[in-house]
Amino acid sequence: MRLGKYIPILTVLLLVVAIQLIISAGGANYYLTQLTMSAYYSLVIIGLCLLMGYAGQISLGHAGFFAIGGYTSAVLTTVNLMSHADSSTVGFLKRLGMVFERQDLYGNTLLAFSPWLAFIAALLITVVIALIIGIPVIRLRGHYLAMATLGFGLIIYRVVLGTGFLGEADGITGVPGFPLFGLEVSGALSRRVSNYYIAWALVLLGMLLAMNLIRSRVGRALRSIHGSEEAAGAMGIDTARYKLATFVLSAVFAAVGGIFLTHYNGSIGPSEVTGMKSVRYVAIVAVGGMDNLWGALLMSILLNFLSLRGVFGSYDDAVFAAILLVIMLFFPDGLLRAPGLRHLTILRQKAAALLRRSKPRGAEDA
Amino acid sequence: MPDSLLEIRSLSRSFGGLKAVDEVSFAVPAGAIKSVIGPNGAGKTTLFNLISGMLACDSGTVLQNGREISGFQPHRIAELGISRTFQTTKLFSRMSVLENVMVGRHTRTKAGFLAGVLNLPWTWKEEREIRERSLELLDSLGLADAAGELASNLPFGRQRLLEIARALATEPSLLMLDEPAAGLNIYETREMADLVLKIRGWGITVLLVEHDMSLVMDISDEIVVLNYGRKVAEGEPAEIQRDPEVIRIYLGGDHA
Repeated sequence: MRLGKYIPILTVLLLVVAIQLIISAGGANYYLTQLTMSAYYSLVIIGLCLLMGYAGQISLGHAGFFAIGGYTSAVLTTVNLMSHADSSTVGFLKRLGMVFERQDLYGNTLLAFSPWLAFIAALLITVVIALIIGIPVIRLRGHYLAMATLGFGLIIYRVVLGTGFLGEADGITGVPGFPLFGLEVSGALSRRVSNYYIAWALVLLGMLLAMNLIRSRVGRALRSIHGSEEAAGAMGIDTARYKLATFVLSAVFAAVGGIFLTHYNGSIGPSEVTGMKSVRYVAIVAVGGMDNLWGALLMSILLNFLSLRGVFGSYDDAVFAAILLVIMLFFPDGLLRAPGLRHLTILRQKAAALLRRSKPRGAEDA
Repeated sequence: MPDSLLEIRSLSRSFGGLKAVDEVSFAVPAGAIKSVIGPNGAGKTTLFNLISGMLACDSGTVLQNGREISGFQPHRIAELGISRTFQTTKLFSRMSVLENVMVGRHTRTKAGFLAGVLNLPWTWKEEREIRERSLELLDSLGLADAAGELASNLPFGRQRLLEIARALATEPSLLMLDEPAAGLNIYETREMADLVLKIRGWGITVLLVEHDMSLVMDISDEIVVLNYGRKVAEGEPAEIQRDPEVIRIYLGGDHA
């Protein structure tokens, strides 16, 4: 059992708790709202980091998968089945708890699908669409893959804007909370603290799974594909299959972020689906250092938090585009490996090496 | 030829009007070192790419132990025990020397996405075995001291060795080496020759593409000579050295 590799996760857990305590003690709980939202966006980042940084494949359409998750969940939990209440199917689903009655904001009784059913449906739809898009597209490389995924994102955006039951430009509101082990993912002020912890629990779970993956045989295969697709193939790695699976996995991460943020906000709109949102996700992974999950997470929280606080004002999108430009030009290995900050990375590596040496053989991390 | 590990029948591949490999046939006997030589542009690397599945052939067949493998994806061919190196080394430069070899264990291990994401306990043992086998291989090729280095930090000659170690990690029955001596000095070339002999000693058949005649003549059991994509001679080194056509290609004629 190798406990050493869980130290970063435990450290972040402590930080998460410390930040909450400080914020709450300072009576500034409204900050928790943006930190919660940043956490959900970070799920997209974790998935995209696996795809870009480890498997070496770009996606400029991840806002599309975020939206597929969020919108599916929003539609299914706000659709009113009252007019079909007498049908045997609805009755059956109701007995199973998959359809239930609730009051909407205006006090009307609504018969809608349960958030858990919507969650499962959203994930299934995400997987199916990711496969449909991924199978032809993931064979493309470099610019071509970037353009194809950008095209996918733009299609989703225009579909959202043009489809009545997706709320067109208004989006979907009145999305109910998501019940989770006695708690609830929702934006209610009384649930601010618990929601902060739910979001961060999901992020840390996502990080744990992602870290596990990159340290495994599959993670090694993905990094080898990044290094040389030809050589990876010659080593017996089914590169097409691995790239596709990673594409689908990263789409699922994005969808989960979309689903929970939609329940947290109680709504989702087309602003979540724009091409600029996808560019923003790419920019954050790049600024974090591509193959650096912790760097990506740090940058995701920092930049999303600042953006959500409105620090960048009307220049929000411009800031992220500029970040992408500057990183590509001057710090292609990410900000954390920039010359001025490089000693931090070296220090961390030395510490890790020291830790390794103090352990018996075979106990070290990959 | 029942003892052929690999057999190539009338293999052809054109690029536009250029016939890179033109109706080439030969067999590689099990346990032999067989070399393919020829001037630059003779189609040697194309031939390797056809056998390893990186290129599709226009016509002809590749047989492994009598079973057709032409048209298979590269990863399938690797699984079947045919491994290769590249003329310009294609190491995973951002991975450590050890990790490069560990990737080579891929086909002989099985932890998938779910097992990886969940870090299932049975994978720990597999990972340990991958690591140990890879370290053993590095050790036997004299690279153990560099296990933790980034592959791209190795000097050129050792990168070559690492590529061979990585290919051996797949447990091939046939190892295909694409110009392993290119860029090496005469001492390193000598060491490379010893290594190839050692590999054959481990029971692995070797198919060698080489430009360097000295290396080939010393260690090969059989040689195939290609020129302009066509096979012009085949035989033991002594025969090849006497072959007038080969002498013309290498020492004079219209394109020295």
